[in-house]
Amino acid sequence: MNTESVAVTPEEHFQDKVNREVKIEPRDWMPEKYRQTLIRQISQHAHSEIVGMLPEGNWITRAPSLRRKATLIAKVQDEAGHGLYLYSAAETLGISRAEMIDQLHSGKAKYSSIFNYPTLNWADIGAIGWLVDGAAIMNQVPLCRTSYGPYARAMVRICKEESFHQRQGFEILLTLSKGTEAQRRMCQDAINRWWWPSIMMFGPSDDASPHTAQSMKWKIKRISNDELRQKFVDVIAEQVKILGMTLPDEALAWNEARGHYDFGTINWEEFWNVISGNGPCNRERIAARIAAHEEGAWVREAASAFAEKQRQRSGGKDEKAVA
Amino acid sequence: MKQYSRIILYGDYGDREVAGSGGQDASHRDWPLWEVFIRSKQGLDHKHVGSLHAADAAMAIENARDVYTRRQEGVSIWVVESRYIHASNPDEAESLYDPANDKVYRHPTFYDLPDELTHM
Repeated sequence: MNTESVAVTPEEHFQDKVNREVKIEPRDWMPEKYRQTLIRQISQHAHSEIVGMLPEGNWITRAPSLRRKATLIAKVQDEAGHGLYLYSAAETLGISRAEMIDQLHSGKAKYSSIFNYPTLNWADIGAIGWLVDGAAIMNQVPLCRTSYGPYARAMVRICKEESFHQRQGFEILLTLSKGTEAQRRMCQDAINRWWWPSIMMFGPSDDASPHTAQSMKWKIKRISNDELRQKFVDVIAEQVKILGMTLPDEALAWNEARGHYDFGTINWEEFWNVISGNGPCNRERIAARIAAHEEGAWVREAASAFAEKQRQRSGGKDEKAVA
Repeated sequence: MKQYSRIILYGDYGDREVAGSGGQDASHRDWPLWEVFIRSKQGLDHKHVGSLHAADAAMAIENARDVYTRRQEGVSIWVVESRYIHASNPDEAESLYDPANDKVYRHPTFYDLPDELTHM
């Protein structure tokens, strides 16, 4: 064995593992920047799942049938679960749940800007499932192969559950598209309002995305924003034909040479404006989260007090042996 | 020369919570962290699926059911407070697991036997 004479820095050893597709696990050495990048990305992702429940929850009581109501409740419940998987993954990196929640409430942590748009009518629930969850899936599938083990495992679980979300959304729009003239108008209107925000979900274009190169090297990110966005446009431009609807982009056209759809310029000013807190619903969303947290404080305290009392009564004995 | 950034172990979270995190009031402190193990069907081992916060074991099991078995993923749930899990140190992996490498005679293929020998 002559390996001892070769000095390998922890950083080189780490990068070598990443290059060989060996997953990084919580107790392994990792660069501090890798840890911080993951905490930022995973917590942001978790916050998006949690805040994402608000626009959809808005329509649970007004779903047009019991079938629609049951599926929407199941979907919103899934989002809560996804938030939990992701918070847990972030916690393995050394940040507490309480810290993450504080960062969301104080505005220090971001969440996907799409959830700062309002859900005005029932068709929006269809458009969210089809476009917003569709874009999320496009983003999340490559993350199942991300280099950090707990994050990758959470994403595998999430992706398995997401596909029902997109299908239920498309079914809502398909039903509207076969309905009355007013229902068809509702369907087109929802697509018109959600299309641009949903392609903004892939984030800034590659040349304006300063972290991309490092994240790709660390294999946190596997495919660039623009590449994913193009894939999404290609898929949706075909699917919209089944609805007999159109996408609100005059520049949208198949480009034979590229083998992709060309599409118009994204309004980045709107994107940055919404991210920095000035979207239609930013304040409302955060206010709703803070209210839920504060109004639930007595429940958390009561549960802790009850658990403590039980512990004292049992005199520190183990509660029950595992069979 | 090894250089460590802050290493956080699974078990550290529970300890920190018990100690209280930075003098915040109880409503701001997290409930203890629990690791969740699920038996997907009779005859298989329980397998680690993730973690969650809960005030006590009963709540941990109920929450685990809601979060990790929404689609019939399990028939039995184990939960254990994360701070009770002791883990091997990945930095010692080489010395811990390497000795097995030079003992190939522990594998059946190590032995040279004639092809005529059957049922073995």
